[in-house]
Amino acid sequence: MDLILEGIKKAFWLLITFDPEVMGITLLSLWVSGIATLISLFFGISIGVAVALSRFTGKKIVVSLINTGMALPPVVVGLFVSNFLWRNGPLGFFGILYTPTAMIIAQTVIATPIVMGITLAAIQQLPQKLRLQILALGATRLQMVWILIKEAKLPLLAAVMAGFGGVISEVGASIMVGGNIKGYSRVLTTATVMETSRGNFDIAIALGIILLLLAYFINLILTQIQQRTRPR
Amino acid sequence: MIESSPILEARGIQVIRGGTILLDISSFLIHEGEILSLIGPNGAGKTTLLQTLSYLLKPFQGEILFRGRKIEANHSVLEYRRRLAMVFQEPLLFDTTVFNNVASGLKIRGMKKSEIHDRVIEQLDRFGISHLKDRSAKTLSGGEAQRTSLARAFSIQPEILLLDEPFASLDPPTRDALVEDLERVLRGTRTTAMFATHDRLEALRLSSRIAVMDGGRILQAGSPEEVMNHPVDEFVASFVGVETILSGKVIRQNGGTFIASIEGHEIEAVGEAHLGETVVLCIRPENVTLSIRPSQEGTSARNVFPGRIMKITSLGLYQRVHLDCAFPLVAYVTNHSLKELSLTEGKEVSASFKATAVNVIRKGES
Repeated sequence: MDLILEGIKKAFWLLITFDPEVMGITLLSLWVSGIATLISLFFGISIGVAVALSRFTGKKIVVSLINTGMALPPVVVGLFVSNFLWRNGPLGFFGILYTPTAMIIAQTVIATPIVMGITLAAIQQLPQKLRLQILALGATRLQMVWILIKEAKLPLLAAVMAGFGGVISEVGASIMVGGNIKGYSRVLTTATVMETSRGNFDIAIALGIILLLLAYFINLILTQIQQRTRPR
Repeated sequence: MIESSPILEARGIQVIRGGTILLDISSFLIHEGEILSLIGPNGAGKTTLLQTLSYLLKPFQGEILFRGRKIEANHSVLEYRRRLAMVFQEPLLFDTTVFNNVASGLKIRGMKKSEIHDRVIEQLDRFGISHLKDRSAKTLSGGEAQRTSLARAFSIQPEILLLDEPFASLDPPTRDALVEDLERVLRGTRTTAMFATHDRLEALRLSSRIAVMDGGRILQAGSPEEVMNHPVDEFVASFVGVETILSGKVIRQNGGTFIASIEGHEIEAVGEAHLGETVVLCIRPENVTLSIRPSQEGTSARNVFPGRIMKITSLGLYQRVHLDCAFPLVAYVTNHSLKELSLTEGKEVSASFKATAVNVIRKGES
């Protein structure tokens, strides 16, 4: 109990003093996960919509693959991305292993199927005839897709939250491809793992609380948007 | 009825899905200003026809001509769709305000904001939903939502309006009010319209022409009077409310009328038929008069048959009386006459109908 209390005190202290190291770690977490989420939105929504709207043989297999991808273990992603970026790996010549860029790549790989899966479900859940109605209103194919995305905006915001929540909290891939290098590729989760293993529970708890607050505030903002766009 | 060149024409249309022919229309026309209703049971192909005509469904073969110009799958479909509007059974509104819903077709066309505003206001007013302008579409009742959907369709000032059972999921009072409004707007704007329904009264009320569909085909198309009173076959007959359909053989002819034998009884009908030909006689229940036996005087009807009342069912304003006159016969009587004649099940009565009230479907020699 003391440990937790100490941790909370310490966290509070680190926060109000704007501890540079903690701030650095927090900002990097936000940056890496934010960029990864943005990229995953681009791929996830476009591919998700495309799959939802097209008919092809083997669609069921593709859909179940995407759904499986939603539960992709970060460690496995870390393993594969490390392999690709390894010095002798196929993309080794980029020399980006153990950099924030590598972390963004890994987190994008984790978040994309999450966004894709939710998008797919959101679009498929719209009434079939809505598409016909939109076309009958004289829409081009592109206009139709845009209107459908707008119609699915609430579940799509959930996709943003789920994608961001998935990557800000993951540790396996970040530690494997980022290396948890102090002041360079250390993020909240990797730092928490490290401090815990060192027995520095107070700092670990502080970092954990910051992570929780971060997740809470980001979701609060998105929920605000979601509620605002909800019909009166 | 306005007769002019056809606004929309379909030739040799076939729609095939999974090996079954959903639609098979050799030729179909709708004229400018016409209001045509498609009637038929569920699965008759009404929806498929409407969706094919609007090119939402690509026909397997055949062509569609709009104002004499063929619609090409690649380049003229969008242009064509922007000149028509479609209303479905479900309102299919967007998750936004009523105003924005009505404006959506105009926004898609990239129209100027001020112009959109004026047109939307006009339509909201026309369908009596101005007060709902800023309401979210999600909070509307069924009738309000369908009004919004109609306003959305009319706002683009379509050259032809296609409606797919637009009132099927509404309760009767709402539906009546909406049918009335639609009728007023259609006549006021002289919009060419085509609508699917399985309610023949709705069809009778709104349309200048009726097409009866079944199994993906148009069985008969014609004026309401023609389809109701001269159905081409038994299916159309039963669908348009003919309750007595009898099959018999022509046994005598005398200039313009003939006598057919049904179960040994002779029924006179107006029309041409060969001796020995099989004919199907259709008699609408409202054309059958009942009287209490044996008073058969005072009627010009030639066809008078004694019969026993087998069953009486209430239709609200009318009573449907099933008779056994050696052949089955159905008559409608008003509640008043039912009481006056004190008709009850098992009672012997006399049924009569005019020779002109018998519609003849010729089946050829057998």
